[in-house]
Amino acid sequence: MSRTLATARRVLQQLSHDPRSIVLIAAMPSILLLVFRYVYDAQPGVFDRIGPQMIGLFPFIIMFLVTSVTMVRERTSGTLERLLTTRLRRGELIGGYALAFAVAALTQAAITTAFALWALGLDIALPWALLAFAVLGAVVGTALGLLASAFARTEFQAVQFMPLVIVPQILLCGLLLARDQMPDVLYAISWALPLSYATNAFTELASSDSFSGDLLRDLLVLIGFALVAVFGASLTLRRRTA
Amino acid sequence: MMNKSIEVDRLVVQRGRSTVLPGLDVAIGAGSITGLLGPSGSGKTTLIRCIAGVQQIASGTVQVLGEPAGTPRNRARVGYVTQASSVYADLTVEQNLRYFADLAGATRTRIDEVLGLVDLVSHRSALTGNLSGGQRTRVSLAAALVAAPEVYLLDEPTVGLDPVLRRDLWQLFADLASDGATLLVSSHVMDEAARCDRVLLLRDGHLIADDTPAGLRADAGTDDLDEAFLRIAEREAA
Repeated sequence: MSRTLATARRVLQQLSHDPRSIVLIAAMPSILLLVFRYVYDAQPGVFDRIGPQMIGLFPFIIMFLVTSVTMVRERTSGTLERLLTTRLRRGELIGGYALAFAVAALTQAAITTAFALWALGLDIALPWALLAFAVLGAVVGTALGLLASAFARTEFQAVQFMPLVIVPQILLCGLLLARDQMPDVLYAISWALPLSYATNAFTELASSDSFSGDLLRDLLVLIGFALVAVFGASLTLRRRTA
Repeated sequence: MMNKSIEVDRLVVQRGRSTVLPGLDVAIGAGSITGLLGPSGSGKTTLIRCIAGVQQIASGTVQVLGEPAGTPRNRARVGYVTQASSVYADLTVEQNLRYFADLAGATRTRIDEVLGLVDLVSHRSALTGNLSGGQRTRVSLAAALVAAPEVYLLDEPTVGLDPVLRRDLWQLFADLASDGATLLVSSHVMDEAARCDRVLLLRDGHLIADDTPAGLRADAGTDDLDEAFLRIAEREAA
């Protein structure tokens, strides 16, 4: 078995011994979505318009947190140092993590999408595209979490990276105000943030009934973000430390 | 001339402004147990990390099995067991060993064999985090054993173990050495020095003795290794 797959399996085995985390990962976005749906109970149009964006946003945040904390725990427990003295390459370690959490993200996104469509009656023409973008959003969250974990010495710090990395993206992604109505500087910055592309895709999915060229662009850009973040994360792993 | 598996030459390690190792020379022969003794803070762990290839060094060289420490080839041939048990608390004993076996390309039968060597067969399905400190230490050791490395770097592997287990583990170390493996075992318990082929005494990053246990006793003029260490340390300080 390859060392990447062995690492992915090990991470999932660790998760399997933690039933509470499994329930949180699986159910949390659906619960948040349920609350969101009934906040706008008096205006049913709002849920159809903004609901899809929440399907993208919640897994993105949750997977960022789960991944960065798990990776920091690997550093602080001494197991990372030990792994770096074995044949495991840094790319294999990060790849294994990314793979394991992509599996978790897929599960989470599938549950959330199914819940939104069938339990909450979200009206959308392209449910498979919705699922694909939800998974991708979660994978980008995972990749950013891996990258952020390189800059956190403790789990406490890792949790505080959440507002630093995620909140500006929520403010600038077009969820509160269309991006082209923001000041030029903020608009320019928003092009560099993955959540902008995810939000754009979910906005499009809420209204369109065919897979447009814009959606394809968003898809490719998000895959690009995920790859760059994973690659960056493996570069920040130092084998020799002081 | 004995074949050298570890050769440390003028090794300097600095942490912040303080110098942990000020220029250390050590050579360790193949197929032997070398004890690395000294008080805490003397640089034992730092030296071991240098040989494992995870310590930033200021100058000097560290050669392991004829190659610089930490090369991909050496990472397959060197097993490092850190002082704090570095295995996953949220995995079972067997899942831990299987992961480290997969990384090393070792077989399932090797896992069964190693569980027997560290006397954890009956705990294979237990969650590692639920084990006692001594049992966790042995899981950590077992994770190195599955890879069957040529060089073992063991940082205080017997801390917190009862005397029977300590005796069994030292017997295991002797068996590994007689099969040709090189072991560097750190400890701050002097009576463990008696079980080594060679003893290195480290103090403030300086090597104050490098001899057989018998040689140390003769040199210090006492049969008690604890007393011998004190006498040598005092002589060096004077």
